[in-house]
Amino acid sequence: MQQWQPSASIEALRGRAAVIDRIRQFFAARDVLEVDTPALSVAAVSDPQLFPFATAFVPDGGGEPVWRYLHTSPEYPMKRLLAAGSGPIWQLCKVFRNGESGGRHNPEFSMLEWYRPGFDHHRLMDEVDELVGGILACVPARRVGYAALFAEVLELDIHCCSEEELARQGRERCGFVGELSRDGWLELLFSHCIEPSLIEPTLVYAFPASQAALAMIVEHDDAVPSAARFELFVQGMELANGYLELTDPDEQSRRFSADIQQRKEAGKAVLPVDELLVQALRAGMPSCAGVALGVDRLVMLALGAERIDQVIAFGFDRA
Amino acid sequence: MANYSTNEFKPGLKVMLDGDPCAILENEYVKPGKGQAFNRVKVRNLKTGRVNERTFKSGDSLEGADVMDREMEYLYADGEFWHFMATDGSFEQVAADEKAISEASNWLKEQVIYQVTLFNGAPIAVTPPNFVELEVVETDPGVRGDTSGGGTKPAKLMTGAVVKVPLFINVGDVLKVDTRSGDYVGRA
Repeated sequence: MQQWQPSASIEALRGRAAVIDRIRQFFAARDVLEVDTPALSVAAVSDPQLFPFATAFVPDGGGEPVWRYLHTSPEYPMKRLLAAGSGPIWQLCKVFRNGESGGRHNPEFSMLEWYRPGFDHHRLMDEVDELVGGILACVPARRVGYAALFAEVLELDIHCCSEEELARQGRERCGFVGELSRDGWLELLFSHCIEPSLIEPTLVYAFPASQAALAMIVEHDDAVPSAARFELFVQGMELANGYLELTDPDEQSRRFSADIQQRKEAGKAVLPVDELLVQALRAGMPSCAGVALGVDRLVMLALGAERIDQVIAFGFDRA
Repeated sequence: MANYSTNEFKPGLKVMLDGDPCAILENEYVKPGKGQAFNRVKVRNLKTGRVNERTFKSGDSLEGADVMDREMEYLYADGEFWHFMATDGSFEQVAADEKAISEASNWLKEQVIYQVTLFNGAPIAVTPPNFVELEVVETDPGVRGDTSGGGTKPAKLMTGAVVKVPLFINVGDVLKVDTRSGDYVGRA
């Protein structure tokens, strides 16, 4: 195949368009408002594992360049819309993540993100299941807690297991070379030993509180407080990540500070945080649940594609 | 040697891992949406030939391995070492031990050119050409006139290797053998 040609077949692009059409119908039928928020913003997400692309705005005619970041997800501005009284909203947009390229990763990819005021994460899981089940014509997802899954697949009790034991398991099972944090070991074991076994649709919830990102911390099935966060896996592939959203502005500020601290310790660039999000939460964001879903991966599953560039008109090396 | 980061782990790169030189075969990027990025790497240990899957934190690095493949002519064996000479006009010689020779001992013939893998200048592996021509030293008498195939019998070659051959093959015949499969290809 020549370099000018698309990396996806025209047939795959038809399949992709059909999936996007289904998504549009799904939200139209539920009266969720489609929105469009900026791809370029003053602040980047604080997530220590995400690296935004940066670019400079230069006024026509010259002047001081102003740094802007391409969004890695539309989370912050969508939450500002919620705080402004938008009601339920959804968005399908291109997002950009620097450094992420591989069989299941394209540095720019299509994300579907939606927010449901009044929903908790369990109710949003129902809706995710409905959308994905309809598009993939698959059985309803099994629901299982993060800790229960570690016990089931690896016979590990993550609540009382020492970091040394996690490291030993990680080196033995994954042939890992190097050092990791406690969450790093959990992420290693999850992504290498558990995720590949989640073939049937599976909604994993109650993540460790240390992996809450912007989810509330609540009590789930056991007495240990955990993140009101869930992820959907199908055919051994991570497809969606959702939260019962954090609404407390002070807790939001604390999480920003913790992220900045983690970035500093890891020697990563510290980027401006979104004060506007904190202000929006202070003004009052309704209690809601939100989720982000990788549309390219959903199309991969719908069409049985093996690589993400088979469902993107021009993959990163042909862009 | 230079250090190589996970994003430079391209197939063919030689690195040091657990004290042994290894060749990268495959490198897959694995990253949870909200978590640590990893590289899952398939490596071949160049000393043992074993293939393993290892995982690294993206951005970690390994030291490069001083590994070189050289075309060398097989000279002779002295009972302990197998001696090879460079074909680049340098007449440089190296001695490979039993571990380095391994399976290649089945296909060694004087004056044939082999690929010798050198680690820090010492041989760690010897790869024969895909086809070699070797003489039969032992086999049941040939069945005259049977050139149609149909049956096979074992034949011992000058190197000691035993291959399955058609019934018409005799002691003294020179055979072309595929060194990758150990299969008889034809009479040379």
